[in-house]
Amino acid sequence: MEPLSASGIFIQILIQLLPVWIAMIATFWLSIAYKRRLGLYGKLFDSMIGMIGFCIVIFWVYAGFFGSLDLILTHDPLTQLSGMKNKVPGTPVPDNSVPYPHYLLGGDNLARDVFSRVIAGAWVVIRIAPLATLFAFMVGITLGLPAGYFGGRLDTILSFIANLILAFPVILLFYLLVTPEIVLTGLPQYMAAVLFFFPLIFLFVLVNSRFHTQPAARNIMVTLIALVGGWLYLSLISQSGGNSAISILPAAIDGFDIPGGLLVVFVSVVFVNSPTVFRIVRGLTLDIKSRDYVAAAQTRGEGPWYIMLWEILPNVRGPLIVDFCLRIGYVTILLGTLGFFGLGLPPESPDWGSTINEGRKLLSVYLHPALPPALALLSLVLGLNLLADGLREESLRD
Amino acid sequence: MGVFILRRLGVMLLTAVCLTYIVFFLTNLYPNLEKVAKFEGNMRMTDEQVTTWLGTNGYLRPNVIKYGEWLGVVPGFKRTTEDGEVKGRCIGQGIDPADAPTFCGILQGYWGDSSVFKEPVSETIAKRLALTGKLMLTVLLVMVPSALIVGILAGMKEGSRTDRSLSTFSILSTATPEYVSGVIFIAVFASSAVGLKWFKGSATSAMDDATFANFTLPVLTIALYGMGYIARMTRASMAEVMTAQYIRTARLKGVKFTTIVFKHALRNALIAPFTVIMLQVPWLLNGVVIVETLFNYKGFGWVLVQAASNNDIELLLGVSVVSVVVVLLTQLISDIGYVYLNPRIRIS
Repeated sequence: MEPLSASGIFIQILIQLLPVWIAMIATFWLSIAYKRRLGLYGKLFDSMIGMIGFCIVIFWVYAGFFGSLDLILTHDPLTQLSGMKNKVPGTPVPDNSVPYPHYLLGGDNLARDVFSRVIAGAWVVIRIAPLATLFAFMVGITLGLPAGYFGGRLDTILSFIANLILAFPVILLFYLLVTPEIVLTGLPQYMAAVLFFFPLIFLFVLVNSRFHTQPAARNIMVTLIALVGGWLYLSLISQSGGNSAISILPAAIDGFDIPGGLLVVFVSVVFVNSPTVFRIVRGLTLDIKSRDYVAAAQTRGEGPWYIMLWEILPNVRGPLIVDFCLRIGYVTILLGTLGFFGLGLPPESPDWGSTINEGRKLLSVYLHPALPPALALLSLVLGLNLLADGLREESLRD
Repeated sequence: MGVFILRRLGVMLLTAVCLTYIVFFLTNLYPNLEKVAKFEGNMRMTDEQVTTWLGTNGYLRPNVIKYGEWLGVVPGFKRTTEDGEVKGRCIGQGIDPADAPTFCGILQGYWGDSSVFKEPVSETIAKRLALTGKLMLTVLLVMVPSALIVGILAGMKEGSRTDRSLSTFSILSTATPEYVSGVIFIAVFASSAVGLKWFKGSATSAMDDATFANFTLPVLTIALYGMGYIARMTRASMAEVMTAQYIRTARLKGVKFTTIVFKHALRNALIAPFTVIMLQVPWLLNGVVIVETLFNYKGFGWVLVQAASNNDIELLLGVSVVSVVVVLLTQLISDIGYVYLNPRIRIS
């Protein structure tokens, strides 16, 4: 086999990413065709910046997703092939039994395929970052709304706690929380038990405040939330292992177990982000609660939670959606930081931060193991920032 | 104003106490103490030996008492060894136990000893903080003026081509965390394989003697990430001021554009960025940790990593006290500065 030239590598990568291109074209075609009926998402396609951002983000989402389905990966991201250590991009693989004849972006220090690792790393980010941001938002909204609406002592205490967490340098907090020793104490599971309870409260209050006048419908919905949400919640926090801190559910009905390393990463990212969301929601609530429609709702005797969740929250969705996009980018950076310091995720994990950290040690000699994940992370965060900018522009327009 | 500052100082003190207690609690969890015992004593200790070692050295007492000792409000720990010698927290090398003070904590100015560096914490921190101070100062000197210039140029004429390109640059720089830009910079400017070989990829020699070659890349890496945000804030505030009534009046009177920008717009446009700049300082602290690790510059951030990965309790506490004080002080300065700069608030 001949080594590939630069243009050869480029073309091969384009071909390898074929499922992503098809999915992207389909998404864009459908979205532009129906953009007038799609609300804010449809309006995104009127702004050039928003479209570029969306394009980059959706590229990585599809790349990660199809990568996990094994449609894109050329090699296994964890397998080491002998003779491929630090080989330059386009080097042919000596062994004929592997599925793909080349290392498209070269091999890393442990003779693994850089291209496959970057794609597999995208899946780590795409799985964790949006979900962690969503949880942080649930926590921030559930606490920020009452703090802004009621004010008083509740606000003082919650704001103090939020400022307390914000005064911690993020890296120090990560170094204290995301260690194998802390996982042993079960602290992440206790934190998960507290933090992941907020989405349940949020959904429960959301439904109850709206439908408490129709007890029949309310009861069905609340029971459904309690059953499904409760099962998810208990499966999430309880681990069936022998030395687990919380194991309420018997293994038979425990839906899924999250490895301790991953759980602690997830929990600490949510923990670091929720105070900022809290402050944003609190500030927005303070601003909105003096509006006439809030006064009107108060006059017709609506309960405070109804006003918060069904009058105030829908009216602050614009800034919150924009911040949601920015925050996914920030969480991506945080995950990269964790990987960069080798915290939490297992050392052979293909996530971008760990790969950059490994690649940087030989950076002065070999560039190809460190640069692709660095550029990947950069482009995803850039895409999310552009997307947020586009959304801001469009949501300010009406 | 006086009451305001006093109240803020009170909240600061409370925050600092809470935060150090959290650090104290986390570092004193049993698995962490086990690590300390194995680091200080013997790597191959059995579980019982670890417990005995921790017990004789006073690690297994309640957290509140140990924390009080560290603060200096509870008498220091003392024990008598088998040879009848009295050892304790407050009894330094070569000091007669009878003369040793009862209390020794940070209130008495004693920060404890670092187990990694085998020297007093106060010395380690002072030495490393000076190095990081040098780095931070250079970063601020580079970052703030260039961010303000970029922001003002972009916000001067909203929607112009300058604005578009400078705004793209700001977005790009906020999207590039230090570990990404650092890697790219080293690849482009310092790599021996390809690249320009203008600068050095390591800043270890910059600790004693900072030159253009060894200090540029770390400074640039930190400055770039913080710059985008300040520039965007400045741009927004500048663009807002430029649409104000008094600017239009000045333009209608026929005042030159440069005069309008420098004499009328600039001062009002710089109030908002000032707070942002001050609030960026804690962010720089994160960048410092990453960059010092990446460029092997042994300053404060490097010490944080060393202390945390070896569970050096007293050093970690010292590090967190310093960083918390930095964070809270910058918040205070930003609030006071905002009041001082903004005449509308100052007069009312």
